[in-house]
Amino acid sequence: MTINPRLYPLLATIGIFVVGYAICYLQFPAMLSTRVIGNLLTDNAYLGIVAVGMTVVILSGGIDLSVGAVIAFSGVFIAVLLRDTGLHPIVVFALLLVLTSAFGAAMGWLIHALAMPAFIVTLAGMFLARGAAYMLTIESVAINHPFIVTLQNAYWLMPGRGRLTLIGILMLLAVVAGVLIAHRTRFGASVFAIGGGEQTARLMGVDIGRTTILIYAFSGLMAGLSGIVFAIYTGSGYPLATVGVELTAIAAVVIGGTLLTGGAGYVVGTLFGVLTMGLIQTYIVFDGTLSSWWTRIVIGLLLLAFILLQRGLLKLTAFGDARA
Amino acid sequence: MMKTLLTGAALLALTATASAQTVGFSQIGSESGWRAAETTLTRQQAEERGYTLQFSDAQQRQENQIAAIRSFIAQDVDAILLAPVVATGWDSVLQEAKEAEIPVVLLDRQVDSSDDLYLTAVGSDLVHEGRVAGEWLVGDVGDADCRIVELQGTTGSSPAIDRANGFREAIEGHANLEIVRSQTGDFTRSGGKQVMESFLQAEGGGAEICALYAHNDDMAIGAIQAIKEAGLRPGEDIRVVSIDAVPDIFQAMAAGEANATVELTPNMAGPAFDALEAFWADGTMPEKFIQTDSRLYTQADDPAGEYEARKDLGY
Repeated sequence: MTINPRLYPLLATIGIFVVGYAICYLQFPAMLSTRVIGNLLTDNAYLGIVAVGMTVVILSGGIDLSVGAVIAFSGVFIAVLLRDTGLHPIVVFALLLVLTSAFGAAMGWLIHALAMPAFIVTLAGMFLARGAAYMLTIESVAINHPFIVTLQNAYWLMPGRGRLTLIGILMLLAVVAGVLIAHRTRFGASVFAIGGGEQTARLMGVDIGRTTILIYAFSGLMAGLSGIVFAIYTGSGYPLATVGVELTAIAAVVIGGTLLTGGAGYVVGTLFGVLTMGLIQTYIVFDGTLSSWWTRIVIGLLLLAFILLQRGLLKLTAFGDARA
Repeated sequence: MMKTLLTGAALLALTATASAQTVGFSQIGSESGWRAAETTLTRQQAEERGYTLQFSDAQQRQENQIAAIRSFIAQDVDAILLAPVVATGWDSVLQEAKEAEIPVVLLDRQVDSSDDLYLTAVGSDLVHEGRVAGEWLVGDVGDADCRIVELQGTTGSSPAIDRANGFREAIEGHANLEIVRSQTGDFTRSGGKQVMESFLQAEGGGAEICALYAHNDDMAIGAIQAIKEAGLRPGEDIRVVSIDAVPDIFQAMAAGEANATVELTPNMAGPAFDALEAFWADGTMPEKFIQTDSRLYTQADDPAGEYEARKDLGY
């Protein structure tokens, strides 16, 4: 049986997660409980959702640095609107998702129409969104709406007293949606084509402008959704929240086995990237004596390992192709 | 795979038993010398009493603190100490701890959740600290006009809000004292220095500033640097009053560069552990707020001696 070399990064990601979990279990048996599994999903729900959007962007060879600021903006937007108006949270959520999608679409349009690097346009977007959050409030605003409290307390108690929360389930659904969109739709095929090279994509008849706008709109939508989840998670909106989350999301995508230059990768790998990062964090809390900065150090090492792995695979596939 | 996970979890639920006292401590970070001392003293207190301390540094992020508390609950610790980074957003995780019957003690900062979600809070009265600082300045200035600049703490945090309010209460009714500029220096030395530089530029090179009120000593120390670089004498041309009483501010006071500081004791864990021991022994419920002292130190209180007494506390 031969395995497609393109699957290696994905298998490596899943392998690292399973081996990592086994090591944690050997040292702290309490880590293999539904509580810890439930916590992994709940605590990383916002990151997982935003990383799905980031995966699609990176698959197309782009980058979206605005998402962390968009999450903070979303939390503040929800908190302030619920405090100052009588709108129902569902209406506020809908408004927010339209707003963040449009924001993403506008960035996508700029990137395409002005042929600007995504890095610069989304960097501007990052400052814009963070600034807008500060315009709304400079304090942390509590969300006390009964509907949000209901959402916060919505969970299914698993055997072993672990909680599978609504936001954890939402994250898994976002991953499923991401998988279907990236791997089963025409839009997804166009994303991979652009990631493989714009010139080739054009020859294949991909509408690059439309696809680029949709890619960043999707990332904006996911950032908005992640903002809703983060607001439910913390029960407040805070303009200083989620600083640097865009970089954590990019790291999750790369550890998830997606090629940073675009064109190759799997959305489901990103889920394992996110869970692996959560696992490291949990391990460090369980240990209780390690400095929590080790989380960053281990993530740094994993990133380096994956970049080297990808370089190696590129060489390997090039060699294979030449032989065939 | 999933099946093994679930079987393992079920087994674990059966075998989980209580062991020696384990306390989880979710600390905000190490943004100031005071906080580093709080961490050291908490470790020392835990060691003296024979507890196992699970320490987690949240790097200033609430999401890290929530995740750490959830992990503590999953470990079935006997108590959780929490120094919350912001006041809002703790309801659901505190509720989870309550349902797991794990007492939570808040250290140093408050949350806006209902007070039946935690055992007690240990802290100083932050408004009172601001008031003590303000009262000192009112007395020191006398009848002269005084334009005050204020370095605020992290936006939205309870010490920033309360220390600002307490100070304003103290100077209210004294028309000769006026806060002319107020900005956040984020509780850091570099923040204090940068913001003070802009204050000095905006206020005619600093000649029109009579006093600086900083929400913590670290920002004051950064600001003292900025005042010196602007060619003025801190402590004489511009009065410097701040809060926390870290060793370095005593050094500055000994050198005549700072005027007064209000002590915020870093030993919050001592009273917290006392309350927990009473609770573990026979379920004694402590008061919902255990207040620590807020003592004022000035240049007359032997700052050099105070520095010697504190420098090895781990600041």
